[in-house]
Amino acid sequence: MNDPPPIGGAPEMSRKSYETVRRGLAKRRAAERRFRCYGLSAILLGLTSLALLFASIVSNGYTAFRQTFVGLDIYFDAELIDPQGNRSPESLATGDYGGLVKRALSKVFPAVSSRSEKRALYSLVSTAAAIELQRRAVREPSLIGKTVKVWLPADDDVDMYVKGHIRRGAGESARRLNDRQLAWIDELIEQGNIEQRFNKTFFTAGDSREPEQAGIWGAAAGSFFTLVVTLALSFPIGIAAAIYLEEFAPKNRWTDLIEVNINNLAAVPSIVFGLLGLAVFINFFDLPRSSPLVGGLVLTFMTLPTIIIAARAAIKSVPPSIREAALGIGASSMQTVFHHVLPLAMPGMLTGAIIGMARALGESAPLLMIGMVAFIVDIPHSVMDPATVLPVQVYLWADSPERGFVERTSAAIIVLLAFLITMNALAVYLRSRFERRW
Amino acid sequence: MQRTTLLLTLFLMAAAAFYAGSRRSLDIVRGHTRELHSLPSYYGYFTALWCGLPALLIMGLWLAFETSIITHLVIAELPPAMQSLPDERINLIVNDIRNQVGGSAFAGESDPLIQAAAARYQRLKDISAKALTVVVLAVAIAGATFARQRIRKEQRARNMVESATVVFLIVCSTIAIFTTIGIVLSVLFESIQFFERVPVTDFLFGLHWSPQMAIRADQVGSSGAFGAVPLFTGTLLISAIAMLVAVPIGLMAAIYLSEYAAPKFRATAKPALEILAGIPTVVYGFFAALVVAPFIRDLGMQVGLSVSSESALAAGLVMGIMIIPFVSSLSDDVINAVPQALRDGAYALGATQSEAVRHVIIPAALPGIVGAILLAASRAIGETMIVVMAAGLSANLTANPLEAVTTVTVQIVTLLVGDQEFDSPKTLAAFALGLVLFVATLILNVIALYIVRRYREQYE
Repeated sequence: MNDPPPIGGAPEMSRKSYETVRRGLAKRRAAERRFRCYGLSAILLGLTSLALLFASIVSNGYTAFRQTFVGLDIYFDAELIDPQGNRSPESLATGDYGGLVKRALSKVFPAVSSRSEKRALYSLVSTAAAIELQRRAVREPSLIGKTVKVWLPADDDVDMYVKGHIRRGAGESARRLNDRQLAWIDELIEQGNIEQRFNKTFFTAGDSREPEQAGIWGAAAGSFFTLVVTLALSFPIGIAAAIYLEEFAPKNRWTDLIEVNINNLAAVPSIVFGLLGLAVFINFFDLPRSSPLVGGLVLTFMTLPTIIIAARAAIKSVPPSIREAALGIGASSMQTVFHHVLPLAMPGMLTGAIIGMARALGESAPLLMIGMVAFIVDIPHSVMDPATVLPVQVYLWADSPERGFVERTSAAIIVLLAFLITMNALAVYLRSRFERRW
Repeated sequence: MQRTTLLLTLFLMAAAAFYAGSRRSLDIVRGHTRELHSLPSYYGYFTALWCGLPALLIMGLWLAFETSIITHLVIAELPPAMQSLPDERINLIVNDIRNQVGGSAFAGESDPLIQAAAARYQRLKDISAKALTVVVLAVAIAGATFARQRIRKEQRARNMVESATVVFLIVCSTIAIFTTIGIVLSVLFESIQFFERVPVTDFLFGLHWSPQMAIRADQVGSSGAFGAVPLFTGTLLISAIAMLVAVPIGLMAAIYLSEYAAPKFRATAKPALEILAGIPTVVYGFFAALVVAPFIRDLGMQVGLSVSSESALAAGLVMGIMIIPFVSSLSDDVINAVPQALRDGAYALGATQSEAVRHVIIPAALPGIVGAILLAASRAIGETMIVVMAAGLSANLTANPLEAVTTVTVQIVTLLVGDQEFDSPKTLAAFALGLVLFVATLILNVIALYIVRRYREQYE
């Protein structure tokens, strides 16, 4: 640094203080750099954890979209599968299709003879195989009496082994497949009779105790019905409330109370809404437990504040000149709102509604309270059927001990996140496409 | 499905009433709309409202009380010996009857008495459904005819329709209040029942929590102790860990984004951080249980510490990540609200940027930041899925973050999920915990909202 400029009448003093400042300067600059560094690393830390979260979910889950199938030469033996011998669907429905699978397996491994070994061999193929064969036989009765190569779903343990989640290195007692089974699987792989194919079951089946038969379709349908109820109630009610509060409400204690209430409800823990639903809808009104109707009602109360707040912001952003123009040419205040303000505020309201729906889709805690955690195999067909929803399905599977459910849980999360990302992207698109600056 | 059909019929009738009403208004003035007080469509709405509203109201009330009334009637018909049974047994019988009606019970195996009651239940339900249809349709037709008769050319149809709309708007806006009242009442009633069996002081200050009640008097290990202190400390421990993660990271991120970051960086980093708030909590729970908890356990093993696989640390860390965006975006807002003049003043005195932040901007924004932190804390206390999936069930009274603790929300979930009788202290305890949770978060929220609002007004 250069010499200090002489200041006023006390050059001695200013020189001294200049020295003090200069001595501290390096330290202060270092502190500045450190501070800046903390800030940047805080952001990076947040983003890293986000990346880690996504990476761990995707790396655990992507394998679930493919499933292991075993190719077997199935002889559709009329004796076994058509007890009445008339090829009618009723008769075919009572056949022993598991027997077909067992025979085919025995033919591949003729050396297997003892009872326990046979059981170990048969357990390589999923129990769903029999159902699939039956479906096939009913659809194409011409197959009966012929030998056809059929690809059947493998048991989840086989699936895990083929995908590399069960290691040979671990002792026999530490894994769910014994050495003989591994040898059989290796032989099947060598023959080219084990293949990984697209996992259709995962997208079309309901829940199951067997990982290879479990799918998310039931939970997705439950989520759909729940969200339909939520949207049908919370959107009109939320908009009506927002219109009243923004356009018609007098400024008094009563409306203040409403406003404080809405802000508070937005911050009440979601599980408390579950308690409300349990006490009011299930115990007082006797609505069916586990139904999307009750789930939708609970989520309505939960998302209503979000929607009201967003809708109010949208109404507020419509300039008063629009209202004045409408009133000026003789519209009533109600006509002004419904014919002019509401259409202009609609994109903002829709954005808010979509964001509220996205939150409702990801919510699980209050739904646990009203019994949507039940193990439900059937696909729900109406809002009164017992159902579960996607996030609760994730929770249920995460609790299951089978290794096969870990990748299915992650895959269900991937599907859930895909829905959420789509909804949020839609909201962003709507906002950028229709948002108007006045 | 019959109800759906009825509802659809009602809507069709309302549409018809709309048409009839507007037609009639035009007929009265022979097509000269200028003689009418309101536009013809308002006469239509007027008729449709009279057609649909009363009928819809009756239908709603009917359906709300149908099941309980029928159940009462059926119970009243049961032999007196059955009626004098305790409530739980009667509930079981009612369930049997309903299963029988729904066809999910094996008809051959059940009691003839139940079968008779089920037949009666079914009959009453059929009668109720038919009566509902008749009543609703009659009311709808009567309403429409009445309104159509009343149409005159000087009638103020628009004003009537508009005041009906205003009433609808007011009703919708009060739902928020009714929700709060509903929460308070439902939680309070059950809690009062609970406190009749377990004294409040035992609940609030008891050190031992084991809600399993003995079914037999001599059963081991089911004392049924309801001392909630271990749950409170567990909740506070996990929330404190979460805040320790979220507050420094969130605050520094907010400072960097608002004071240092280039606009382009800010435009990408801010939404990216906010993604963290949009991820469902069940995903965080899975992440905590699958990745973070085993990682911490292994790490502890290498250092020679014994870490529980459901440690408070894992749940707290992940919860902290979840609430980073709550802290950062709220703090970002308040920091941005600090007037530029304060910054300029600090720079003019020779402060570096970080000195300006630390000595001027943060103190100026402090009330808002405290509000943001309180809101985040209330999130952490009420968070459920992460702790349900990653924290333990055993109520340990400890401050060691490496041990498993349980929280209020975990206990609510475990007490209420699965089979439950509605009157046992076990179930009621969940509502008492819910009350504590609601009150605690309410206080935090009110303080936070008050601080934030007051602070905002200061600079506006």
